[in-house]
Amino acid sequence: MHPMTQTPDPLLQVRDLSIAFDTRHGPLRAVDNITFDLAPGEILGMVGESGAGKSLTGTAITGLLERPGHISGGEIHFEGRRIDTLSKDAMRPLRGRKIGAIFQDPLTSLNPLLTVGKQLVETIQTHMDLTKEAARARAIDLLAEVGIPAPEQRVDHYPHQFSGGMRQRVVIALALCADPKLVIADEPTTALDVSIQAQILALLKKMCREHGAAVILVTHDMGVIAETADRVAVMYSGRLVEIGPVEQVVKHPRHPYTRGLMGSIPVVGGGLRRLTQIDGAMPRLTDLPSGCAFHPRCPKATEACTQVKPTAVKVDDGQVACLLYEGAQ
Amino acid sequence: MQTVTTQGAEPLLSITGMKKHFDLSPPLLNRLIERKPVQHLRAVDGLDIAVPKGKTFSLVGESGCGKSTVAKLVVGLYGPTEGKVIFDGADLTDLEASQRADYRRRIQMIFQDPYASLNPRWRVRDIIAEPLRSFGLVSSRQEERDEVGRLLELVGLNPRDGEKFPHEFSGGQRQRISIARAISSRPDFLVCDEPTSALDVSVQAQILNLMRDLQEELGLTYLFISHDLAVVDFMSDYVGVMYLGRLVEVGPAKEVFHNPTHPYTRLLMDTIPDMEMTRRDRTPVAGEVPNPINPPPGCTFHPRCPLANARCKAEAPRLRQMPGDARVSCHAAEEGRNPPLARKPTGPENAPVMQLRASAGGA
Ligand SMILES: Nc1ncnc2c1ncn2[C@@H]1O[C@H](COP(=O)(O)OP(=O)(O)OP(=O)(O)O)[C@@H](O)[C@H]1O
Ligand SMILES: Nc1ncnc2c1ncn2[C@@H]1O[C@H](COP(=O)(O)OP(=O)(O)OP(=O)(O)O)[C@@H](O)[C@H]1O
Ligand code: SF4
Ligand code: SF4
Ligand SMILES: [Mg+2]
Ligand SMILES: [Mg+2]
Repeated sequence: MHPMTQTPDPLLQVRDLSIAFDTRHGPLRAVDNITFDLAPGEILGMVGESGAGKSLTGTAITGLLERPGHISGGEIHFEGRRIDTLSKDAMRPLRGRKIGAIFQDPLTSLNPLLTVGKQLVETIQTHMDLTKEAARARAIDLLAEVGIPAPEQRVDHYPHQFSGGMRQRVVIALALCADPKLVIADEPTTALDVSIQAQILALLKKMCREHGAAVILVTHDMGVIAETADRVAVMYSGRLVEIGPVEQVVKHPRHPYTRGLMGSIPVVGGGLRRLTQIDGAMPRLTDLPSGCAFHPRCPKATEACTQVKPTAVKVDDGQVACLLYEGAQ
Repeated sequence: MQTVTTQGAEPLLSITGMKKHFDLSPPLLNRLIERKPVQHLRAVDGLDIAVPKGKTFSLVGESGCGKSTVAKLVVGLYGPTEGKVIFDGADLTDLEASQRADYRRRIQMIFQDPYASLNPRWRVRDIIAEPLRSFGLVSSRQEERDEVGRLLELVGLNPRDGEKFPHEFSGGQRQRISIARAISSRPDFLVCDEPTSALDVSVQAQILNLMRDLQEELGLTYLFISHDLAVVDFMSDYVGVMYLGRLVEVGPAKEVFHNPTHPYTRLLMDTIPDMEMTRRDRTPVAGEVPNPINPPPGCTFHPRCPLANARCKAEAPRLRQMPGDARVSCHAAEEGRNPPLARKPTGPENAPVMQLRASAGGA
C-alpha cells in the first residue's frame, strides 16, 4: 500500500497521521493523512511552504501538541511501540532521552534568567546519571561541538549575550545532550552561516553514523537537504505531496509544487535576475480548495484537479500525489 | 575612511572607526571570590563602511562576527564604544535629542523574525499606522486609512487585510507587513537583518523581489545582512566580509563573489551548500573557532589560515586597495604570495542549473 515509504526495520512509523484544530466553526485539518517510515541512521528532509504542517508533524511525534491542536487520526510507532496514545507523563522520559527536539524558535526554548551552562547541566542531569562536574564537562564539550568559541568561558554567560546564531546552537546542544535515538530538527540552521551550518550538519550526520540515530530535518534550505538528507518529504497544505530519495526529488522533482520550489532558490552566480516565484499563497485552512489543494496555483492544473483529491502513487523510487501521475500507473 | 564603495556616488551612510565592546565580567563579588578576571568582548573592533545612496551594501561573515551588532549601532539600539555613524552628513552618535527624531524616521529596520516583531494584539492597520501617527505624517483618519491601504497594496497585500490580526497571516505575509510598517515612515535607509531567513524559499523569492522593486520605486538604500551568500549575491551592489568584528574584504559584490582574494572569503565561498553534489561531506572552515574575548594577535584569522606566516602572527594587516575594485586586509595578498584562484568558485557556467530546470518544469 505504501511501497516506498516503508523501511525494513523502522525506528519510527507514521501511519495516516492527521492533526486537527478544534475551532468554533468545527475542526480544521492542518495535517491530512500522512504516512512515512524512518530507518535507524536515516536522515529524512522535510520541506514545504510556510504553514504546510511540517512543524506540527514534528510536534505530534514528540507528543507536544497543544490544545486545541490534537491528533485526529492515524498512529505513531517508535521502536515498535505505539506512542501517540501515551500520556504526557509516559512521554516525558522518552522525550529528551530518546527523542531530542530542536524547535524553530530558539529564543523560546532558552530561559533568559539562567546561564547557558546551568540550563545544559540541568538537562544533562535529568537524563543521565552524571555528577555536576561531569555534566558541566559534557556541557562544555557539547558547546565546542556546536562551534561556540571559548566554551569554557561562554558556558557562564546568559542567552542575551550570545549572537542569534550562537543561541540557536545552544538549543541544538540542549537537544543532543542525552544522545537521543531520534532527533526532530525543525529549521536547526536557519540563522547560521554556511560554515557553522556545515559543522552542525556534520554533527547530525555523525550522530546518525555512530549512534544509529535518525533525524527528521525540517528546513526550507534545499541546499542543506541536497547534501544532508537520504530521503526528502515535500509537504503542501497539510499533505505529503512527494517523498523519495534525495537525488530523485532534488534533481527530478515530479510534483508541480516541488518543481516550483526548486526554481525559487537563488544561486551564487545567478546574478541579479528575478527569482522564479510560485504566484499566490498557500490556501488558508478555513477554505481549502476542492480536489488537489495546489490547483489554484498549479501551472498544470486541469478540470479534474478541481474535483479529485490525488492519492500517492509510486513513481520510480518515490511517491507523488498528483493526478498527472495517477493515469500513468 | 573607506572610499571603495563611494566611487561615483555620495555615501548616504558611513560608519567610521566603529568599535563596540561588551563587558562580560562576572559580578564584582564573584570576581573577588572566584578570582575571575574582567572580560571584554570586542563584537565590533574598528569598522569602516560607506553605503552609497540607492545601493545595497551587504555584510556577510560567520555567526558571531558582529553583523547584528553593526545593524543595532546604525539604528541606534546600541551606542558605540568608539566611532561615528554619519548619515546624510550628520553624526548620529552626537545629535541633540530634538534632532534625533527625524533621523529615526529616516532609518528603519526589518528584523529577522516576522513572528516576534509584530504586536499580536494589534490589527495590521494599526501596526502600519503607528509610525505614521508617531511621526505626525498624516493629519486625518481618512488620510491615515488611505495611506495604510496604499502601503498594503505596495507590498502585495489587500487593503482589506488591514482589519486582520498578525496570526491570521502566513510567515511570508507577516514579513510583508513588517516591510510595509518599515517603509510607512518614508525612510530612505533600511537596515535588514536576515529579513528572509525564517521564510521558506518560495516566500523568500517573493520578499527579495519585492525589496528590489521597492528599492527601484522609492530609491531606498539598504544595509543588508544575511548568512545566505546566494541571497547576498542576488541583492547586493557591495559586500563587506566580516571576521571577528572587522572587515577583511570589501568591494563590489561581483568582485568579492567572483574573484575573492582574502583567504577567508575564499573559504566562505567553498562552504556554500551545493545543489549538485548530494550527500557529500562539506568541509567546514577548518581550525580553531575564533574567540572575540581573546582574539589571536596579529591577523586574527592566522590560526585558520593556510597562508599564515611569522608576519601574520605578529602584525595586523590593514585594508588595502587591490587591482580589482576590492579592498583586502591580508599580508599574503599585499605581498602577492596568495595563489591565483584554482577555479572560479561561482562561474556562470555552472550556476543557474536549478533555475533552468524549474522553468522547464513550468513553474
Ligand atoms: N494554535 C493554532 N491554532 C490554529 N491553527 C494553527 C495553530 N498552530 C498552527 N496552526 C496552523 O497549522 C498549519 C501548519 O502549521 P505548521 O506550524 O506546522 O507549519 P510549518 O509547515 O511548520 O510552517 P513554517 O515553515 O512557517 O514553520 C498552519 O496553517 C497554521 O496556521
Ligand atoms: N548584548 C550583548 N552582550 C554581550 N555580548 C554580546 C551582546 N550582543 C552580542 N554580543 C556578542 O557579540 C558578538 C557578535 O554578536 P552579533 O549578534 O553581532 O553576531 P552576528 O554576526 O549577528 O551573528 P549571528 O549570525 O549568529 O546572528 C558575539 O560574540 C556575541 O556573543
Ligand atoms: S493534481 Fe493537478 S493541480 Fe494538483 S499538482 Fe497535480 S496537476 Fe497540479
Ligand atoms: S594576513 Fe596572513 S594570516 Fe591573515 S589572512 Fe592574510 S595570509 Fe592569512
Ligand atoms: Mg514550522
Ligand atoms: Mg545576528
